[in-house]
Amino acid sequence: MSTHSDDRYYVPHGSHWPVVGSIGLLFLMVGVSTWLNGAAPGFYIMLLGFAIMIFMITGWFGTVINESVNGLYNSQVDKSFRQGMFWFIFSEVMFFAAFFGALFYARNMSIPWLGGDSNNFFTNLLLWEGYESTWPSNGPGNVGGDYDVMGPFGLPLINTALLLTSSVTLTIAHHALIEGKRLQVNIFLAATFILGFIFVYLQGVEYMHAYNDLNLKLTSGIYGSTFFMLTGFHGMHVTIGAIMLTIIWFRVIKGHFTADNHFGFEAVAWYWHFVDVVWIGLYVFVYWM
Amino acid sequence: MTTAVADTLEEHHDDHGPAKGIGRWLFSTNHKDIGTMYLVFSLCMFFIGGAMAMVIRSELAIPGLQFVHPEFFNQMTTMHALIMVFGAVMPAFVGLANWMIPLMIGAPDMALPRMNNWSFWILPVAFGILLSTLFMPGGAPAGGWTMYPPLVLQTGDAFPFLIFSVHLMGISSIMGSINVIVTIINMRAPDMTLLKMPMFVWTWLITAYLLIAVMPVLAGAVTMLLTDQFFGTSFFLAAGGGDPVMFQHIFWFFGHPEVYIMILPAFGVVSEIIPTFSRKPLFGHDSMVYAASCIAFLSFIVWAHHMFTVGMPFTGQLFFMFATMLIAVPTGVKIFNWVATMWRGAMTFETPMLFSLAFVFLFTIGGFSGLMLALAPADVQYHDTYFVVAHFHYVLVPGSVFAIMAGAYYWLPKWTGHMYNETLGKIHFWTSTIFVNLTFFPMHFLGLAGMPRRIPDYSTQFADFNTIASIGAIGFGLSQLLFVAVLLTSKRGAKATAEVWDNPTTLEWTVPSPAPFHTFDTPPKLDDSVGFH
Amino acid sequence: MIRNLILSLLGLTAVGTAKAEWALNMPKGVTDLSQETYDLHMMGFWWCVGIGAIVFGVMIYSLFKHRKSSGVEPAKFSHSTTAEVIWTAIPVVILVLMAVPTAETMVKLEDSRDPDMSIVVTGYQWKWHYKYQDTGVAFYSSLAQSSLEARRKGAETDPFAVPNYLLDVDNPVVVPRGAKVRLLVTSNDVIHSWWVPDLAIKKDAIPGIVNETWFKANEIGTYRGQCTELCGKDHGYMPVVVEVVEPEAYEAWLQSRTENAAVAAN
Ligand code: HEA
Ligand code: HEA
Ligand code: CUA
Ligand SMILES: [Cu+2]
Repeated sequence: MSTHSDDRYYVPHGSHWPVVGSIGLLFLMVGVSTWLNGAAPGFYIMLLGFAIMIFMITGWFGTVINESVNGLYNSQVDKSFRQGMFWFIFSEVMFFAAFFGALFYARNMSIPWLGGDSNNFFTNLLLWEGYESTWPSNGPGNVGGDYDVMGPFGLPLINTALLLTSSVTLTIAHHALIEGKRLQVNIFLAATFILGFIFVYLQGVEYMHAYNDLNLKLTSGIYGSTFFMLTGFHGMHVTIGAIMLTIIWFRVIKGHFTADNHFGFEAVAWYWHFVDVVWIGLYVFVYWM
Repeated sequence: MTTAVADTLEEHHDDHGPAKGIGRWLFSTNHKDIGTMYLVFSLCMFFIGGAMAMVIRSELAIPGLQFVHPEFFNQMTTMHALIMVFGAVMPAFVGLANWMIPLMIGAPDMALPRMNNWSFWILPVAFGILLSTLFMPGGAPAGGWTMYPPLVLQTGDAFPFLIFSVHLMGISSIMGSINVIVTIINMRAPDMTLLKMPMFVWTWLITAYLLIAVMPVLAGAVTMLLTDQFFGTSFFLAAGGGDPVMFQHIFWFFGHPEVYIMILPAFGVVSEIIPTFSRKPLFGHDSMVYAASCIAFLSFIVWAHHMFTVGMPFTGQLFFMFATMLIAVPTGVKIFNWVATMWRGAMTFETPMLFSLAFVFLFTIGGFSGLMLALAPADVQYHDTYFVVAHFHYVLVPGSVFAIMAGAYYWLPKWTGHMYNETLGKIHFWTSTIFVNLTFFPMHFLGLAGMPRRIPDYSTQFADFNTIASIGAIGFGLSQLLFVAVLLTSKRGAKATAEVWDNPTTLEWTVPSPAPFHTFDTPPKLDDSVGFH
Repeated sequence: MIRNLILSLLGLTAVGTAKAEWALNMPKGVTDLSQETYDLHMMGFWWCVGIGAIVFGVMIYSLFKHRKSSGVEPAKFSHSTTAEVIWTAIPVVILVLMAVPTAETMVKLEDSRDPDMSIVVTGYQWKWHYKYQDTGVAFYSSLAQSSLEARRKGAETDPFAVPNYLLDVDNPVVVPRGAKVRLLVTSNDVIHSWWVPDLAIKKDAIPGIVNETWFKANEIGTYRGQCTELCGKDHGYMPVVVEVVEPEAYEAWLQSRTENAAVAAN
């Protein structure tokens, strides 16, 4: 297979997966929208779209994995994948940035303003008299009713420890992969996604606690909104990351990766570290400060 | 599965042409085919968005309501903008990028060809969903393309469809720009150093960074709208501690870079064309690169110039005003460099050059009104009037759209292998240029005289200029049919040579016209005539 | 119409009067700040005209002189650091020259302290509500009946036959000449924006937030404006009318308003 050396570019053939993906997105988006509008079939259309998406993702990745395993890729393709993954993660960072931005804006701008700060004396006097700005806050309208704050200790702290540990175990697994220690890879990779799933489980427990005991809900004003949207999107990413780690684990068992060719592994690892870093931001700004 | 892989292996290095039938387009991984699809899609959207503009201009031709109800008018304004911005201008540039970047840097294709296909095929879904809202109870979105809450939350059934179609447009743009970046960074011919890269490639690289940075932010913003509407969050609700103005901040953090996303590739196209027809290298290639980077950087810190009337704290206004004014400096560098490129050249005036020259003139006029808008106290008067409408149509229509036209004429022979009809092209140019000014220049006066934007009817003192603008708009619209005529007759022209124009310097002119289905299967060797020194 | 076209081609310079039917330029208005705003606008405009004249002049010269058909050989130069430094530096200087007076005006515009009176302006879909603080006078202000009929689709009435079509209201705001009036602008539903060009005041009315702005009119008269933030289907139909009257007339108006209110209450 000399032709796959670096001076020859690899260009894949036509593929039907993208179009399948678009059809999946069509059903998914139309489904969710009609469902949100209160039309009954929407939910099922959404499920169909979801199923098509899963089908597409497995099929598409399956193709790529096959090509990779069969040595179709050269180092240039590998680089392209890496850079692609990097910029994808960067776009995710910017998505979270929007929500962090909302959090900072609420804490440093809108809440103080509603309390009369800056040039907003009359905002407070005429519309929200008696409201004093504090954080956390569900706003001058006490939207969602009284609630208790989610403290930084207890579950969130445990979760922090879990995620940080999982990053360590993942790094150990990575090094083991490079050194060719298969068993060690298996064990530490498994540890990583198990920690990830425990995290998701505990997050669920925390949400139950918030809803049942603290009356802290998505509808609890801006505090509830930022709290649940940030932790929620993060939790979603952890879930996806943990699933991807699990898949990678199976691929390791199947022997897909070699010491110098394991882009799939690394991509997921980067993703996992990204999720980890976002959590640290969350822990500091949502729970702690 | 193994047999499939074996097939792939076998076929892999055959010199295969395009697949047969519809499959060629649906499943394409070929940057040229995908580029063509983008361009055709964009043209369709330009006509749909333009038809909506015609509805707007017809209603505004004389005072009183003649054709549509106010609700529908607002739907037209909103859809017109969304379709033009996300459906016409952006995909047109992505189409040009797909076609030209691999050719210009000596790559065989885009770096991630399958994803490239998906980037495109998401768009018809996104706009299918968006256009379908016209037929929904409550009609299409009517809150303006800026989607400010709380108004946008009054949208009927169309609301979630609007949000998700914006999400899809974002996903498509992000994947498209990841592809552009990776292609440029990773697929260049070995001798193509970064500073040798043609300006079009450079401006697209910078644009792609902008896109990846801001499209997710827009996605975040509309997601918050969605949850405010359906899940009881309070992001934009003061009673809950949020703020409707917060949406505007997040939106414009996206929105301002977005306008440079629509102009930087235009700068790139024009920077290719002017040197070719001046028969002189681009003046100050490197400073052009720095200027574009500067513009991109500044674009992140000026967003609130769209919000001088929302009641921002004083220091904020001051900061955003100064930062905005600064953008005139790097933009000026670009204008001056183009003029210096023409200076003591040996110019000829084929259609692409004509469009580029009009671009330089008319974009500058749009830039000047932009600068006036940046003066915060004056913007208090200009804001949300037709002065703003005049400003942004000057930078977008004889700006971005003209640059797209210029690029299309410039590269058309490379795409089709035939020369287009030059006479028809020139007529298209002159009618477009005359009518575009007739349409948008009077809008300056309307705005200054006090006509707000986004209104279906107006007081009688605004009548005359509105009539002129409407006549201009219809003339401009009809002129675009000439472009279709050029495209339809493009196969009838003389056979194009590989070079097409006198002595162009970039790599795409080294491959035959029409460019073969696969080009640069092995990296080209650059000789000294290629690139800029 | 032909005349307007010619005038427009001649450019903004052709305009002197602000309130003429065929206004081409921003009104000078009737407050000190509206005059200053106008001056800033003209300053920006003239800088642009000047720069444009030079840039376009050079370009047009080049287009005529440096064309292939006149047999020139293209030069070879492709950069000049000196030139580039100059044309980076000069715009910076110009921008500073523009920024300084602009910032000065901004400072004044922001200073709504020590007003003589305050009015709370609340936007509704699609009318304005005014409440004179301290006096208790309060009323809604909606599009005048005369315009209402002509504005319908397929209306019989010709808009040209309606005086101040779409720019007239049932209850205008009345303020005394020479008084510093502070406006406290807010909204009850979606975002609106309160604008009167002759006062050079435009402020968004945002639900849940109160924005401040102010004006001090020097001349009596009736000044018209409109809502300038898209606020739904009748966004084009919620004008603003401010009547500036002599202080005595204002007192009288206030008097009658208070009495009316008392009668209405009974
Ligand atoms: C391609 C799109 C594009 C581009 C390139 C620009 C370029 C600029 N824009 Fe524009 N703008 C829009 C698209 C664009 N804009 C849109 C769509 C809106 C409205 C959105 C909405 O509300 O719906 C808008 C609105 C808008 C506003 C808000 C108006 C309002 O709503 O009140 C402002 C205010 O500052 C502004 C400023 C500028 C400035 C300073 C530039 C500068 O980049 C211009 C720089 C160029 C020059 C100045 C000319 C060339 C320079 C020289 C020859 C050098 C020497 C010159 C000097 C020293 C003066 N724009
Ligand atoms: C890239 C972006 C882009 C482009 C290309 C255009 C192109 C045009 N725009 Fe657009 N416009 C916007 C972006 C753009 N616009 C934005 C962002 C807004 C703000 C929206 C908001 O307020 O939310 C806006 C708003 C806007 C308004 C203000 C509406 C309002 O405030 O209520 C008007 C009014 O005249 C207008 C007119 C036009 C016209 C006449 C064209 C023409 O150039 C279009 C010409 C094209 C065609 C006409 C199509 C091709 C030809 C045919 C289909 C043949 C048949 C033709 C005939 C039957 C005549 N636009
Ligand atoms: Cu109220 Cu527009
Ligand atoms: Cu902007």
